[in-house]
Amino acid sequence: MSFLWSLSASEIAGRVRSRALSAEEVTRAHLDRIAAVEPKVDAFLHIFPDRALATAREVDKALAAGRSDLPLAGVPVAVKDVLDIDGIPTTCGSRMLEGYRPPFTATAVKRLEAAGAVPLGKTNMDEFAMGSSTENSAYKKTRNPWDPTRVPGGSSGGSAAAVAARMTPIALGTDTGGSIRQPAALCGVVGLKPTYGRVSRYGLVAFASSLDQIGPFSRTTEDAALVASALFGADPSDATSARRGAPDFAQDLACGAAGLRVGVPWTFLEKGVDAGVMDSFRSALAELERLGAHVVDVTLPHAHHAIATYYIVATAEASSNLARYDGVRYGLRTPGNHDLRHMYGESRDQGFGAEVKRRIILGTFVLSSGYYDAYYLQAQKVRTLIRRDFDAAFATCDAVATPTTPGTAFRLGEKTDDPLQMYLADIFTVPANLAGIPGLSIPCGFSGGLPVGLQLLGRPFDEASLLRLGHAFERATPHHEALPPSLGD
Amino acid sequence: MAKVTTDTVDHVARLAHVSLTPEERTMFARQLDDILAYAESIQSLDTASVPPMSHAGTDEAFREDVAGDSLDRGRALAAAPDPADRLFRVPRALGG
Repeated sequence: MSFLWSLSASEIAGRVRSRALSAEEVTRAHLDRIAAVEPKVDAFLHIFPDRALATAREVDKALAAGRSDLPLAGVPVAVKDVLDIDGIPTTCGSRMLEGYRPPFTATAVKRLEAAGAVPLGKTNMDEFAMGSSTENSAYKKTRNPWDPTRVPGGSSGGSAAAVAARMTPIALGTDTGGSIRQPAALCGVVGLKPTYGRVSRYGLVAFASSLDQIGPFSRTTEDAALVASALFGADPSDATSARRGAPDFAQDLACGAAGLRVGVPWTFLEKGVDAGVMDSFRSALAELERLGAHVVDVTLPHAHHAIATYYIVATAEASSNLARYDGVRYGLRTPGNHDLRHMYGESRDQGFGAEVKRRIILGTFVLSSGYYDAYYLQAQKVRTLIRRDFDAAFATCDAVATPTTPGTAFRLGEKTDDPLQMYLADIFTVPANLAGIPGLSIPCGFSGGLPVGLQLLGRPFDEASLLRLGHAFERATPHHEALPPSLGD
Repeated sequence: MAKVTTDTVDHVARLAHVSLTPEERTMFARQLDDILAYAESIQSLDTASVPPMSHAGTDEAFREDVAGDSLDRGRALAAAPDPADRLFRVPRALGG
């Protein structure tokens, strides 16, 4: 393929830096690609061509003036609509924030722009990042590029679908319980959830503050490493951002998979995994062994409690974070209410969709008098047990491997009436958020024509081992190169 | 343990300042009951000697307590549904 939209971020940045391509022509090629395939996918909520082209021209100007230090020179990026860009609408997929334009830019976006990246648009998502299918968006349903009757996963479904459909080589998402890794798996792309604290959350609309983390989507692990190096680092505007510099992961990639120990928690995988997903997973483990990694058994005795723990901790934090939507400082206010209490209640009734209300009610319940100890406090203690399981596992391995999801992309509407079934689809991703550890999902095969993801979890701040394994795996396998059949141009 | 009724949902909705339709009350009572029944599995774990974990932060630090730039007042008020001069205006909070 010779189309500019088929290039990886690394290829684009190299050619733009050497002036073989201009950032402007790369941007135009991707805007044209969006115009051609977006009607079939509906990945975006806002596209801003004028701003993108202006940013691209600035990059070209900087390069012409002698700048050589732009690792993402001219690389288009799509941004999940939960991250603020000054003056551009942020909706979070919610009617509550329709028309809201933030007065600041998220640190994550600023860092990518400072590295030469060109934001193209904001992507669709489950309302306030609550969901696993992007069907909870108040605005549109995003379709899986591999099968338009199926979901792209969620909550960062728009970002995953945009990368899979070659509308952008990279995108930003957020992962509170799997919202980067799960849609990456379902759309056949790479998704990295960094260690808690790696990426500043300044300018990210909060869902569950002890779990939320920003990370990249890409089509190769090499590109994920490139974006991570630009994205990571301390930020005085976020007190929870770790006081560490950003490593240069490119050097780690060259080390290969040899000698790394990959632990498999077989007992945790016993139930509920589709046969086709398990086949791909076992083939991926065999491939990693061929590449010199050692596959060992590990146990995560409390991991099957992760969903219950997560839906208590996350909803408790959400019910508190979402108290700010009160119709006073920003967001929807329903007119005609004569007292404050009614104004709050009516604005929140009309502004929030069903899943957000369900989680606010659940979170308020588990924090309420008489239930706090039995639910919230107990969940926080089980969270400690889950973290200890990982600490013990990492004494004998360098990465824990699981399928990213128990099944492939499900049909639109298939799980919308049964929230518990939707939550259970996150079983393999939520433990990492509770423990605060990094996770990578990479394409590892297909089942029934739909992508399957391999999840690799690592020690805190050891994204490097995950990227080494992912990169070595990709160099030996073709799965990440496959193009969704209906979008071949 | 918890049997969620529509009365429970009403009570919690009041605490959370969310108005609900009658259909939502019934639906949420049923769904929350399902979810909490599932979540009860963690209550059998012995955690008497386990400390709670509120977050996974490892090395965050406090900054020096010095004043910095903050958002310009006009920009902070720009997104408000009903700004009034330097203030956010709201409906009556007391009485009525």
